[in-house]
Amino acid sequence: MSRVTGIGLTPFGRLPGLSTLDLMSRAAAAALSDAGLERREIDGLITGYSTTHPHLMLSTVFAEHFGLHPTYAHAVQLGGATGFALVMLAHLLVESGAARRILVVAGENRLSGQSRDAAIQTLAQVGHPTYEVPLGPTIPAYYGLVASRYAHEHGIADIAELAVLMRMNAARTPGAHLTEPITAATVRDSKPIAAPLRLLDCCPVSDGGAAFVIERADPARPGPSIRGAAQAHTHQHVSAAPSLTSFGAGDSAARALAQAGVALPDIRYAAIYDSFTITLAILLEEIGLAPRGAAGRLAREGHFSAGGAMPLNTHGGLLSYGHCGVGGAMAHLAETVRQMRGQAGARQVAPPPLALLHGDGGVLSSHVSLVLENGR
Amino acid sequence: MRPDGDPPDWTQSSAGKGPAGKGSAGLALARCRACGHVQYLRRPFCPACGGEDLAVEPASGRGTVYAVTAVARAPSPDLQAFAPYGIALVDAEEGFRFMAHCPAEGVAIGAPVRTTFRAFGAGLVPFVTPEDLS
Repeated sequence: MSRVTGIGLTPFGRLPGLSTLDLMSRAAAAALSDAGLERREIDGLITGYSTTHPHLMLSTVFAEHFGLHPTYAHAVQLGGATGFALVMLAHLLVESGAARRILVVAGENRLSGQSRDAAIQTLAQVGHPTYEVPLGPTIPAYYGLVASRYAHEHGIADIAELAVLMRMNAARTPGAHLTEPITAATVRDSKPIAAPLRLLDCCPVSDGGAAFVIERADPARPGPSIRGAAQAHTHQHVSAAPSLTSFGAGDSAARALAQAGVALPDIRYAAIYDSFTITLAILLEEIGLAPRGAAGRLAREGHFSAGGAMPLNTHGGLLSYGHCGVGGAMAHLAETVRQMRGQAGARQVAPPPLALLHGDGGVLSSHVSLVLENGR
Repeated sequence: MRPDGDPPDWTQSSAGKGPAGKGSAGLALARCRACGHVQYLRRPFCPACGGEDLAVEPASGRGTVYAVTAVARAPSPDLQAFAPYGIALVDAEEGFRFMAHCPAEGVAIGAPVRTTFRAFGAGLVPFVTPEDLS
């Protein structure tokens, strides 16, 4: 069994003057300090990627920079699913005995390190180079296509409520990128980006970093344990998606839950990838945390609020805590650990015994699910 | 191991195999002669069965809108001049799905469409319009 024994999370937002390696270092130092460990006690290192610091060997670039000499190093690229994929890999390596204490770290100055145009253009390149990119789509356009289909089948008026909830949560979270209160009307009146998605349906581009220490279970070192981890990859390009209403999320989550030997009703906290309001609605519904077409309505009714039946992304998620690339989803796990430890301050919920985390990469094409059990 | 015919790049009008004949822009599909699988995102083999015997055929360009968006914020300053532009996913009558431009307004999911090509950015892109407007 593996445990998360340390978390490090920087503020997200505009953090000028900090590079990818600076942000990774800050998060890593915080995670080591939180875990009560020195650099020499880390034997494994897993990193993601950074669009502002593209490198063939980011894990060992970081190892040298930060002063680590791991016996295992690995950089992973799986788009938005990377953060949880790093955690799953660390979990598997610890379980296999290949490493004992793994530092998982990501960071990127995605906002300050490049122009917003450059960020949007870089991200748009995930489209197919021949059959999609020449048409000038953006990431919001791919998700706009998904949202149009959702609107056609279920109606989409309520999904703005998810943005409102994430903003309310962020307002109670130190370090959140966007904290100004919004209403559903503000979301629906915000600037059109890619119909039917508007500006406030989209997460911001942020600077930030996040890190964890994941290690083999040791009674002397408590922390939430990773009880289940699963993935699903159904396609790469939106043109090749088998469906724009059913993705691999349900399958991935079901396998992670089965591995943990628990069922969805046992889950008391949800940490779900929310790059767009539509992403969050579709993932909640496909996983089974909301009926089809009802995620926005449940958010309005308080079901997903901190005081509700299924607290969701209590730090504000990608939509409002912010999105710095790989570290974006890692903030969801950092928050889950804080909630389990009772360290979530003004937004603390009853410490959940079990949480489900889900990340997606590409255009809902790559899925990673984790089940975390409170080990306090 | 190229499939027979020219590589399907409708962004270059000289390389297409359109209804107007070789040299005009057009949509094409590749059908596996072993298993019948139809692919649009072309590889030199069949992703369903691995077969390398593919028949490249021109597509009619007729289909049904599966999803549609309108891009207000283009990915680059040079393309922003075209915004807003519509982008649709279209289910072609031959059984594949393709991405195309469309009018930024007035294209509904389920609408039957036909395909022409229009200049966009550095080349040509497929452009679908509802049948009842053609």
